[in-house]
Amino acid sequence: MRVIAIAGASLAGLSTARALREAGFDGRVVVVGDEPHRPYDRPPLSKEFLAGTMSAAELALESDDEALDVDWRLGARAVALDPALRTIVLDSGERIVCDGVVLATGARARRLPGSPLAGVHTLRTLDDAIALRAELVAGARLVVIGAGFIGAEVASTARGLGLAVTVVEQQAVPLAGPLGAELGGVCAALHGEHGVELITGVGVAGLTGADRVRSVHLTDGRELAADVVVVGVGAVPNTEWLAGSGLDAERGVRTDARCATGIPSVVAVGDCAVSHNPFAGAEIRLEHWTNALEQPATAAATLLGQEQLPSPRAPYFWSDQYGARLQFAGHRRDGDRMEVVDGDPAARRFSAVFRRGDRPVAVFAMNQPKVFGRWRRELRAAAPEPV
Amino acid sequence: MIPVCALQDLPVGEAVRIEAEVPIAVFNVDGTLYAIDDTCTHQDASLADGWLDGCAVECPLHAACFDLRTGMPSGPPAKKPVRTHEVVVVDGQIYVNVNAPQRMGV
Ligand SMILES: Cc1cc2nc3c(=O)[nH]c(=O)nc-3n(C[C@H](O)[C@H](O)[C@H](O)COP(=O)(O)OP(=O)(O)OC[C@H]3O[C@@H](n4cnc5c(N)ncnc54)[C@H](O)[C@@H]3O)c2cc1C
Ligand code: FES
Repeated sequence: MRVIAIAGASLAGLSTARALREAGFDGRVVVVGDEPHRPYDRPPLSKEFLAGTMSAAELALESDDEALDVDWRLGARAVALDPALRTIVLDSGERIVCDGVVLATGARARRLPGSPLAGVHTLRTLDDAIALRAELVAGARLVVIGAGFIGAEVASTARGLGLAVTVVEQQAVPLAGPLGAELGGVCAALHGEHGVELITGVGVAGLTGADRVRSVHLTDGRELAADVVVVGVGAVPNTEWLAGSGLDAERGVRTDARCATGIPSVVAVGDCAVSHNPFAGAEIRLEHWTNALEQPATAAATLLGQEQLPSPRAPYFWSDQYGARLQFAGHRRDGDRMEVVDGDPAARRFSAVFRRGDRPVAVFAMNQPKVFGRWRRELRAAAPEPV
Repeated sequence: MIPVCALQDLPVGEAVRIEAEVPIAVFNVDGTLYAIDDTCTHQDASLADGWLDGCAVECPLHAACFDLRTGMPSGPPAKKPVRTHEVVVVDGQIYVNVNAPQRMGV
């Protein structure tokens, strides 16, 4: 293997370049990224960066003394993969011929149908965050569509900046998918406690405004006046460019637990990959920072033909909302039994464990990192359903 | 010197956080005491809440590991070291000598 091309220059792409070097690969590494920026960290975009307490420079994922020896192609989009010729085609027409391919193109924010109006934002990239931040001025009326993690974080940050915030969520209980209805309810209550109105069980019918958004229409006939709207309704994997490559990539690039796709020497990592997860015992697409950081070690080993067992670690994510730190590890399914094992939900400081039979399969904590850390390790020891 | 707590109140494998000019974390690793800045250099997490593994503490938020002896991170996501501080025990009482603030990792 002499040349490895990585499509996607964010956390998963950079981490794979690092993992390849760490595994001893000394050939050429070409990283293609369609954003103009060097790799930066996304989680602060809805938190510290949006709040104005962290600068763009502080988002950099690389450290100053890092000598990765990577051939960067920034501001360049991969438009096709030809596995037979082992070639990635860029929008500039450039063709990168390589021996190994890493797919790390992540996901993009899902948008509402219809033509875009000024004042309506999604939040996925640094440029999105810069544009949104400019409009989050105290006193303005913000409507957030979707009370998932990004929507909740934006609402929290905007509230801190002094905006009047309303959150609209189609589901009856926000976050019930990942956390279950009970914990979803505990998290959702944070909105009201901090002066944010949460409207649940109602969809959005449409937006009005001439060139700039003026209001959000709900399916129950209500109309919410809005100066700014943030659409936080999930993310779609960036895999359309792989059409015709022969890869199974419709809802993300399918891989086994070792990040291998159906095509030899092509691996996929991070938000764009649907991978067999040994912990969950299922094929899942994780949109979590830690997965994009850790999965690349497995992918690099697979690409280099090295023996490495996929990590049995439980999936993990965190979120910061209204000064509360939320952490979740494991894989919850409907029917799992939830039990508060420490602290008190009413005090907004507690840990809860999900069990399937007797086995702990997931743990959630609000403002209890130490207890959470112990349980997270216990999951690792107790859990994996064998591959 | 800043008083921390009685030696007997910090058992082996435990950590305590104190509010100095910046928060400081003191760890008891098999009877040896270490003090570092409590706030992770990556983002906002308290290292006293972290997982102690030998002479290293793993940040409870994103798992950056810091060497308690040197303050150095072992790899991403942390890029900068935490400051280390001298710990002394006098008459069964733990104290830290907090280093003068300095710019790290520049
Ligand atoms: C606002 C925000 C807050 C978040 N907060 C948290 C959090 O608190 N906790 C948590 O666990 N996770 C959080 N996440 C999720 C986390 O950031 C992602 O899981 C992580 O960024 C995934 O990394 P990735 O490299 O797989 O994909 P991405 O970060 O999406 O990067 C993919 C890159 O590839 C580029 N690309 C796409 N298509 C092409 C192409 N054809 N050619 C070239 N380049 C291409 C994209 O532009 C992008 O730069 C957050 C995400 C966002 C957006
Ligand atoms: S805050 Fe410590 S590793 Fe991120």
